Amino acid sequence: MADEVRVEIRNDADLVPARAQGRALAQRQGFSATDATLVATAISEIARNIVMHAGRGEIVLRTVDEDGRCGVVVTATDKGPGIRNLDAALQHGQGSGGGLGLGLPGARRLMDEFEVVSDARAGTTVTMRKWRVRDELERLRRRRVRDG
Amino acid sequence: MDVSILRQGDYLIASIRSDLTDSEARALRAQLADLVGRTRARGLIVDVAALDVIDSYLARVLRSIALTARLRGAATVIVGIRPEVAIAMVHFRLNLEPLVTVLDLDEAVTLLDTSVREGALDGG
Repeated sequence: MADEVRVEIRNDADLVPARAQGRALAQRQGFSATDATLVATAISEIARNIVMHAGRGEIVLRTVDEDGRCGVVVTATDKGPGIRNLDAALQHGQGSGGGLGLGLPGARRLMDEFEVVSDARAGTTVTMRKWRVRDELERLRRRRVRDG
Repeated sequence: MDVSILRQGDYLIASIRSDLTDSEARALRAQLADLVGRTRARGLIVDVAALDVIDSYLARVLRSIALTARLRGAATVIVGIRPEVAIAMVHFRLNLEPLVTVLDLDEAVTLLDTSVREGALDGG
């Protein structure tokens, strides 16, 4: 059964439940305490990005089970002004006032997969995934057996 | 904001008891800077063992708490970063210098005792 949790982000206080929900979902998926912390931390970074650059938005947390592995998918959407220079934002963060722009590159390093779609009219959607480590190891092992 | 601040001799001990919002973290920084001056504290210990997430923002605020306290005459030691939190912090590749971190309160007090006596801990 897929698990889904929505957290509305309107101000910095909403980061607290977003982190807690992310951790809880990762733990329900059987993630280790360390990986659940990495997921919660990545959620915190992209939720702050919403508050700082768009004002408000939403984070949807979902579990996925596909292809013999379990994971967590985090989708953050906002209808803000979009990210003008996406490459720079992913490299160094948005670098706006006070050098607070570490959000995107930090979150990207904490997760396994990371995609950003951003448009000045439609806003920004960040989708990031993390897989349970023991499933990845099992997949590797099966592939090695199959390939001899 | 659930933070207890105790004074013990020349030191202030701030224990963060629950997850902080960004604005609470900034308020804590201001409060500690003020208290360090008013109590003439020589050392500031910030206990973060209750925090299960330290993201890039909070890591920077902790660093700036230490820098601010230094300007107000106190050395800072951060106590009790959880192992999984430490692993997450590494991913930010943040320069956290000159943060000084130890694992428990006793160690923090010992370190401050030595450094205040020798004027050595110019980190915090």
